[in-house]
Amino acid sequence: MAINWFKYSAPTTFYGLAGKLIPWFAIPAAVLFAVGLYIGFAVAPMDAQQGEFYRIIFIHVPSSILSMFLYLIMAGYAAMGLIFNTRLSSMMATAMAPTGALFAFIALWTGALWGKPMWGAWWVWDARLTSELILLFLYLGFIALHASIDDPRRADRAAALLAIVGSVNVPIIYFSVKWWNTLHQGSTIKFTGTTMHVAMQQAMFTVLVACWLYAIAITLTRVRSIILERERHTKWITELPEVKQ
Amino acid sequence: MKNFSMFDLLVLVIRRDLVLAMRRRADVLTTLIFFVMVVSLFPLGVGPEMAMLRKMAPGVLWVAALLSSMLSLGRLFSADYLDGTLEQMMLAPQSLSMLVLGKMTAHWMVSGLPLVLMAPVLGLQFDMSVQALGVLIVGLLLGTPILSMVGAIGAALTLGLRGGGVLLSLLVLPLCIPVLIFGTGAVEAVSTGLSVTSHLSLLGALLVLALAFTPWVTAQALRISME
Repeated sequence: MAINWFKYSAPTTFYGLAGKLIPWFAIPAAVLFAVGLYIGFAVAPMDAQQGEFYRIIFIHVPSSILSMFLYLIMAGYAAMGLIFNTRLSSMMATAMAPTGALFAFIALWTGALWGKPMWGAWWVWDARLTSELILLFLYLGFIALHASIDDPRRADRAAALLAIVGSVNVPIIYFSVKWWNTLHQGSTIKFTGTTMHVAMQQAMFTVLVACWLYAIAITLTRVRSIILERERHTKWITELPEVKQ
Repeated sequence: MKNFSMFDLLVLVIRRDLVLAMRRRADVLTTLIFFVMVVSLFPLGVGPEMAMLRKMAPGVLWVAALLSSMLSLGRLFSADYLDGTLEQMMLAPQSLSMLVLGKMTAHWMVSGLPLVLMAPVLGLQFDMSVQALGVLIVGLLLGTPILSMVGAIGAALTLGLRGGGVLLSLLVLPLCIPVLIFGTGAVEAVSTGLSVTSHLSLLGALLVLALAFTPWVTAQALRISME
């Protein structure tokens, strides 16, 4: 049987699919958040050097990972929209931008809260902090450019080009730790093994998975609203039960 | 009709834009005066201690150069857009990327080069050493073209939008940060006795990258904005 892979690349069909998928991502996200934070705050042992303060990594690290990955995925969707001229890809890119910006903001905020007891300063002009801040600016630029162009097609394409240009910045964030050797500690999780306690790892990965699920659920929710807004003149929208009433 | 090469096109566009700029000298001067003013405001803001000013000088000069190049970016395409010239340029059989490169070069010669020439005078106000001034100029020579080229992408994307000027800075400034870091890093390397070549090489690498990609990206951005 031939599967039509492109069936769900049309907003008409994807709208229904997204509606069905959202609970499957949202509920596990909530459960995993609760479990991960419980392990992180109650089960995981105290850190030998940083005391109780280190526990903020269970929020800080997943959100900074997400903020960087979401930018790349957003740029990928935007590029697909630009190259293949698919409406849904551009809508997905637009829907992801606020979540990415939110994660970048959380990463900076928790980083500041962590930096105060550890380094004695809310903010240090270290390469990685600065890159994260630039990433937040890039998200805001994407959102602002998209918002200031009235024609949605032009907005999609212009913002897509900006996202692709900006994605040059994301590798710089990653390698900045190696390039400028400054205050920020290197990553503890390496591919060759880790020095972290098992419970800390479990908490970190649980929250990371929860963040991914949350990001997917919220993106799908937002893309449904965007579809409704952009396709409001079409017949199938007016026939939807939630619109009709 | 004689054979029209890419290089002829480049020269033609640069000459045209320079002539247009010379007919409106006030625009060029405003950018330069803005640069001088911003730099001169810093000592008034932070106090006249020479040791501190000497330390701040590269950063102040670079940030001021960055801001003043943002000011003039709005004019890069807007006049041609408003009178329809840009549309004709896009219809021309020649490469749009080459045309854009010509416009970028002209923009740099009008708004970037005067800043580079003015910078040593302002550097003296901050009591910079001769060696540091030399590195600053080399850095600015390598860096300001990048600002014009990256800025052109933003100018093309925000063409004809309301509030385009502020939006333009919002889009372009984050992308210019590496230039700022390496430019000021080079001058600081002089004062700490380190080698400046690594910073300047990185700036040069960024310049080559920008030369290779930004004209094409800007041309695409123009096509998006004009369709």
